Amino acid sequence: MPKLVKDGAIIDDQWALLAKPDTDADTVEVPTGAVIIPLSVWLAQKQHLSERTDVGVWIDSDESANDLAEDAKTLPLIAVNFPAFMDGRSFSNARLLRERFGFTGELRAVGGFIRDQLCYLSRCGVNAFRFDDDSVNLEEAKKSLEDFTEFYQAGSDQPTPLFRRRTA
Amino acid sequence: MYIYDKYDHEILSQRVAQFRDQTQRYLTGELSEAEFLPLRLQNGLYVQRLAPMLRINVPYGMLNSEQLRRLARIARDYDKGYCHVSTRQNIQYNWPNLEEVPDILAELAEVEMHGTQSSGNCIRNITSDQFAGTAPDELVDPRPYCEIIRQWSSFHPEFAFLPRKFKIAISGSQMDRAAIQVHDIGLQLVTADNGDIGFKILVGGGLGRTPVIGSVIREFLPRIEILNYLEAILRVYNLHGRRDNKYKARIKILVRAMGPEAFAEAVEKEWTQIKESPSTLREEDFDNAKAFFTEPAYEALDETQAATLLDQQTADNVAFSKWLQRNVRDHKKPGYAAVTLSLKPTGIAPGDVTDSQLEKVADLADQFSFGEARTTHEQNMVLADVKKSDLFALWQAAREAGFATPNIGTLTDLICCPGGDFCSLANAKSIPIAEAIQRQFNDLDYVYDLGDLDLNISGCMNACGHHHVGHIGILGVDKKGQEFYQVMLGGSASNDASLAKVLGPAFGAEDMPQVVQTIVNVFLENRTQEEIFIDTYNRIGIAPFKERVYAKAS
Repeated sequence: MPKLVKDGAIIDDQWALLAKPDTDADTVEVPTGAVIIPLSVWLAQKQHLSERTDVGVWIDSDESANDLAEDAKTLPLIAVNFPAFMDGRSFSNARLLRERFGFTGELRAVGGFIRDQLCYLSRCGVNAFRFDDDSVNLEEAKKSLEDFTEFYQAGSDQPTPLFRRRTA
Repeated sequence: MYIYDKYDHEILSQRVAQFRDQTQRYLTGELSEAEFLPLRLQNGLYVQRLAPMLRINVPYGMLNSEQLRRLARIARDYDKGYCHVSTRQNIQYNWPNLEEVPDILAELAEVEMHGTQSSGNCIRNITSDQFAGTAPDELVDPRPYCEIIRQWSSFHPEFAFLPRKFKIAISGSQMDRAAIQVHDIGLQLVTADNGDIGFKILVGGGLGRTPVIGSVIREFLPRIEILNYLEAILRVYNLHGRRDNKYKARIKILVRAMGPEAFAEAVEKEWTQIKESPSTLREEDFDNAKAFFTEPAYEALDETQAATLLDQQTADNVAFSKWLQRNVRDHKKPGYAAVTLSLKPTGIAPGDVTDSQLEKVADLADQFSFGEARTTHEQNMVLADVKKSDLFALWQAAREAGFATPNIGTLTDLICCPGGDFCSLANAKSIPIAEAIQRQFNDLDYVYDLGDLDLNISGCMNACGHHHVGHIGILGVDKKGQEFYQVMLGGSASNDASLAKVLGPAFGAEDMPQVVQTIVNVFLENRTQEEIFIDTYNRIGIAPFKERVYAKAS
């Protein structure tokens, strides 16, 4: 079974990821079992999917967390996708999910991000990392979570910026 | 100036360790070229035509003598004995070895310096006025605000992979010396009628391929909200800026596509949701920042006495008198002056400075200016707090060290990028053109009589030499493998910011000194007594210049 890093530990990935549909999002069949579905499919079928507790949603980098908005709180898992590691939009989407829409479940980075982004991603609220590239040594990669232990500005992990903590 | 505490030191040492590990993984092949690229850029490391180039941040241009000496030592130990002052107040080394860069960064960290975010698609060094804290026309000292914003932007987790690079400049004076209208964000400190301090906010200015003057999106933002407001601007840009084409990825393109009003609306909407947060600044936060930028221990001096002494010294010394007029500026404190050390003597690449010169600047700073110096976006250095009674001694010392050329603000004080001699992006060389023009105008009296004249040269359309905002701008272009130079006139980076217009077809390198001479001749024939070049140009337009330059060429 493929592995991922979650909350600093290496675990089995229990979730399947459904690709974006070629056909209409409302006619796609969502399989049974734990599955992360595209935002478009969720928006089209959420009426009946919201009863399931094993459905997560993934948001592509050109999609907006605002479209999920209040639904976020009801989901067990949300993934933000990196089509390429240089595409930094998912950093903003992750923060919006945590800080604006109050999402407290598993926030997972998927796609082509690299280990050197783990620390910043974690500051944006991401707590699970599923590399596209299965050859990544997760034991090594998760060390990058600790690249920095102190930060100047507020983030999802630390709402109080350093200038306030310095004088506290 | 700002002094690091344990937090700053801890963060920076973790950064050095992180980059050491990344470099190691790259050298062992664990990190691919493409993956290493943004990581090295965000530590200041470019791979250039001949060797890597390492760009070191000089936050808002301020350096102390210890840092100057360390920069000198690095130039000597790791480079070829010199470095370069860039048009964004930074220091660049042209010949470091990639393997040694982590060591260089570790040496810099010891003196509270770094290359973090000096390159790459992230928030770059915050730039400002080289005369901050000393200028008579200053409304608010911008440096505490620069430092607050520097800290906010450093290692910002959300904005490290923006669509493109992002530059912020801050001005706190009446006369804009920080070119805020041609930055991604330009911040003008302003005071409301009730005395409250805030910012006028400009967005979407920039040079490069598509030069644009920034748009004002807010006339007054209370200073306590600046970090939240910047976060709102950056978030809108990060989510909506184009990523499909790097030439259309700067915020100026987004602002233009949306329209400044719609862009402002999107920012305000975002800001409304994040304002009044823990990132809102308190009075004590400004006080804490300001405490690092208190006045040095100025002596109570008699201005009249100082002026009398200078009169005596200039009476029989024309050279000193000229230096005084061109390179020395008024200071808010009686009996003090700000001095610009020219890094533009003819025959040296503009902005280049040797290890021994850096050490000399350090010595002069210690002796004459409270141990501090500044870099300028015009690629010179400044000693900002010099007693007028010391000016003569300083002039003699500076002359000996080679930076007393009395040309500040004149045609030979030209801004010039490293160009095709060093830069892999360049289409054409720029340094030899600068030198040829300086040689054409080697008569100091003549140059002096021309008055203020900004001549800016870029070796390609990325515009590091700010050619769009030169009174005379020169752009190197490549035509079928041959280097040509396009000339433009009428740009300005100051309060009256404007973009220069192209004069006509480009010229070969060998024609350039004469072309500039012809332009200057037209100016001289048309100027009224008080006019500087840009005034004459604005009055008579481009046609007379065009007519003469091309009449001669044909």
